[in-house]
Amino acid sequence: MSALWRVLRSSRSGRTRWLLALVLGVLAAGAAVVLAGVSAWLVTTAAEQPPVLHLMVAIVAVRAAGIGRGVFRYFERLVGHDASFRVLADLRVAVVRRVERLLPGSRTLGRGDLLTRFVNDVDGLADLWVRILLPAAVTVVVSVGAVVVVGSLLPIAGVALVCSAAVAMVVAPAVSMAVSGRSAARVAPQRGAYGQRLLTVLDGAAELAVYGAVDAALGDLDSADRSLRRTEARVAWGAGLGAAVAVLAAGAGLVATMWLGARAVGSGDIDGVTLAVVVLLPLSVHELVAVVTPAAAQLPALRTSAERLVAVVDEPDVVRDPSFEDDLPEGPWDLRLRGLTVGWPGGPALLRDLSLTVTSGSTVGLVGPSGLGKSTLAATLLRFVEPLDGAIELVSEAGAVDISRLRGDRVRSVIGWCAQDAHVFDSTVAANLRLARPSATDDELRSALSVVQLDDWLVALPHGLDSMVGEHGRSMSGGERQRLALARVVLSGAPIVVVDEPTEHVDDTMAGALMTDLVSALADRTMIVITHRPDLLPPHVHVVDLAEHAPPHSTGADASNG
Amino acid sequence: MKPVDPRLFTAARGSVPAMVVTVALGAAVGVLVVVQATLLATAIARVIDHGGGDGLVPLLVVLASVVAARALIAWAQEASSQRAAAIAKSELRRQLVERSASIAADPSQAARRAEVASLAGGGLDALDGYFGKYLPQLILAVVVPIAVLLQLFRTDLTSAITVIVTLPLIPIFMVLVGRMTERANARRWDALARLSHHFLDVVEGMPTLRAFGRGSAQPELVAASADRYRTTTMATLRVAFLSSLVLELLATISVALVAVGVGLRLVDGGLDLRTGLLAILLAPEAYLPLRQVGAHYHSSAAGLAAAERAFALLELEPVRHDGRAGVPTGPMSVTMTAISVRHPGRERPAPDHADLVVRSGEVVALAGPSGTGKSSMLAVLLGLRSPDSGSVIIGIGDASLSLADVELAAWHRSISWVDQQPYVMAGTLADNLRIARPAASDDELREALRRAGLPDAIDRTVGHDAVGLSAGERRRLGLARALLRRASLVLLDEPTAGLDAATEDDVLAAVRAESDRGAAVLVVSHRPAVLRAADRVVTLR
Repeated sequence: MSALWRVLRSSRSGRTRWLLALVLGVLAAGAAVVLAGVSAWLVTTAAEQPPVLHLMVAIVAVRAAGIGRGVFRYFERLVGHDASFRVLADLRVAVVRRVERLLPGSRTLGRGDLLTRFVNDVDGLADLWVRILLPAAVTVVVSVGAVVVVGSLLPIAGVALVCSAAVAMVVAPAVSMAVSGRSAARVAPQRGAYGQRLLTVLDGAAELAVYGAVDAALGDLDSADRSLRRTEARVAWGAGLGAAVAVLAAGAGLVATMWLGARAVGSGDIDGVTLAVVVLLPLSVHELVAVVTPAAAQLPALRTSAERLVAVVDEPDVVRDPSFEDDLPEGPWDLRLRGLTVGWPGGPALLRDLSLTVTSGSTVGLVGPSGLGKSTLAATLLRFVEPLDGAIELVSEAGAVDISRLRGDRVRSVIGWCAQDAHVFDSTVAANLRLARPSATDDELRSALSVVQLDDWLVALPHGLDSMVGEHGRSMSGGERQRLALARVVLSGAPIVVVDEPTEHVDDTMAGALMTDLVSALADRTMIVITHRPDLLPPHVHVVDLAEHAPPHSTGADASNG
Repeated sequence: MKPVDPRLFTAARGSVPAMVVTVALGAAVGVLVVVQATLLATAIARVIDHGGGDGLVPLLVVLASVVAARALIAWAQEASSQRAAAIAKSELRRQLVERSASIAADPSQAARRAEVASLAGGGLDALDGYFGKYLPQLILAVVVPIAVLLQLFRTDLTSAITVIVTLPLIPIFMVLVGRMTERANARRWDALARLSHHFLDVVEGMPTLRAFGRGSAQPELVAASADRYRTTTMATLRVAFLSSLVLELLATISVALVAVGVGLRLVDGGLDLRTGLLAILLAPEAYLPLRQVGAHYHSSAAGLAAAERAFALLELEPVRHDGRAGVPTGPMSVTMTAISVRHPGRERPAPDHADLVVRSGEVVALAGPSGTGKSSMLAVLLGLRSPDSGSVIIGIGDASLSLADVELAAWHRSISWVDQQPYVMAGTLADNLRIARPAASDDELREALRRAGLPDAIDRTVGHDAVGLSAGERRRLGLARALLRRASLVLLDEPTAGLDAATEDDVLAAVRAESDRGAAVLVVSHRPAVLRAADRVVTLR
């Protein structure tokens, strides 16, 4: 529970709002319980045929409680939702703040699917407050109040209510968790596994159709489907058992109170009116409990989410900025690598002892097969990760500065990046470009696009620069995406540019043209082109074979990080 | 929004028994609610009348058994509603996957394929809430008011009439207010989804943002957009929650009408205590389930929306209508004439009036820049998509028939095909090879692997999604599978991408051997070595 507890305490936003929501919730739920108690009193007293005036207070109380229940509930929901939106915002901001320190290079957030799951986790945790904690707190407070009232009327009935409510609130969820907790934890991974198999079959569907093997593949899928169904059924079995225990607890309390109350009436300890109140009032308490307990079933999943969140929050910064920055003299700069060894934080060395000087204005090709650690090298050059050994220096006439003595943002204003998988934001073309230079005019954007040969593409777009480029740039081809990323680098004006696998997502015919355009677009910059296709580099480029720097037996060591 | 979609019963027929059980159990709960209230009212009235617990035991025993029955039903209902959801989900998933086989090869259907993947891979789980929460509540909302009214009619006509007059106001108001709030609700969920998407976009794009020095500005931007969302959403919620307030007040006032009426008639002596107690116990029960149906609005909307998307996919026209003609065996030639395929959102068809002839015994290479329709040509030739114009004529011996008239399964039996990323299932290489020919002997499998340049043990195991195979090995496994088939027409999509020169030569030799044995071979490729090895090169523009 400690991870959940930390998440709970982390959000300070709107504590008074939570308190207010709690008070309003207690008033609303309390009104419902009062309504049940007073109606019981009203009817049994009326049956004794007293003067009508005698009932007036109760009649007014019934109406007030009835109206109060609705009105308090309305405000409780408003205040509670407002507070939970604030919590969601707090969590997201905290996450973005951490991610800003961790990506790329994070151990806990390495792969894309983990990232998506993580974002969903955060959204799910925000629900914790409004759907689980607030109703649970309200129910506990109101139940305690009800126990006090019932206990003061007939102590033994108070005891019965405590027992039955405790069983319904604590034992029932515990039983269902004991029965299906482990299955519940398996549902998400099994759904994931099913989804993965499904994707394989969908990807191969055409081939399977040609080979007449669709049914066989579906059979394979069915077995995953069946085991998923079995797990889901076990979860439902446990949830049903919990519900049954709660119903039994409420019923046992009712029967016991009825029996004890009847004996108390027989012995003259209480009158009939009190009997009706102590028997009927607990029913409304159990109605509250029945709404809360199913939510408790989500706790294990939420705990897993919270643990993942905490793991990310606790992960140390991938790179620590120096507290006092060295001065960076005026450029132009040569880029000098001295005995550089790179690897992901905490991982093995992928490339060793790389020494090289890229003089200002020249282009160097760093070449090696996939999986060698080329993307790690790019991340190190951009100061997204620390070198495992050696140094990267910016050398000007005034002297050399080690980039680890500079803030990351400063380094990246000098060394630009054209990433292998540059992200295209779900926004307009202009917004995607302006992140490289917010002050750029529309004309500057257009000319950057024409430098990377995207002018025809721009003309074909329905709204020009204001056209949306869709989720993950899905309306763009691999080559267009790569060119857009290149246009950003053109705009950014960074004098040194690291280009990581520019032709990775482009087919063969396009690759040559892209490489040629790239080299001419950035002709005035210092360029480091990292690629596994040396044949595409222009002939004048100095090529360094990275394979010579790989430790023995390391090829393909970490395919997931490229 | 309709509360129940009848297509669920036809498309997911297997879930009907479990649904019927869920409904029956719900009805039983409705009846037991009334029985319990009656027993309780009787018991209390009896104790008050007799001044003690004499003769109470039999009543309490019955009450205890009602409680036990309700507990059992709660358990069974949870299990049966889950079962209904699980069966419905898995039947819909199966149909979706079966259906998508026909659209998978067609690049223009990528969006539909993504939709199938997202629905079958998790979207349909929204049906859990529909079956598990909404449906049982809906049944209670129908059964409980009826049971309550029947009981009240028998015992206290005045209360029954009060309830029957006020009860319909609730659904009427629910519809009226619901209309208003449904749109607000939909907008809210939409905004929430957009916000989450924006958040994901920022997290995924963080490396890019940091590269341009925009990383540190993001927390404030995320905070600002969350804040804007909160302000606008709270404005709609203030109105949306009013609807539940109205319903709540309506129900309360109705119950108060009954209670006050009962109270006054009790004071008059016109009513006995048991009947009075029963009326005030039952009246709120009549309104409660109706109001709670509204509370599960979202469960139901999300579930039905997922089902709706599935039905929309299932009801789409197939991209190709199946013909009836069989395909004789023998040396084959294929003539594609003026083939055009249109793609949504694109001006120009791709391919645009393309011609292509492949004859028995020759290797034809299909080249051209990306976007010129090479994959669409393959999809047409595979019979997985009808061209928007143009014809495909198959010649076998003297016979010549149009592909449009041919039965797809028969056509597929006479061709073999290697995708750019061949399908690989978890299992051995042999399992994967036998997809093409289940009856092949181990020796034939070894021979096919050897010829494809993958001289490997046939019992080597691979994981899901080809884990354990390199991209090049995967392509050669696909090729070996195609060789095993000994088909009259062999289609290969980029078979040598990512291979070194020596392996490429092995693969090309195997391709040539196919044409030598009489097959018509079509290879889509850019690689110079492949274009050189082909008898003819057809270039799309």
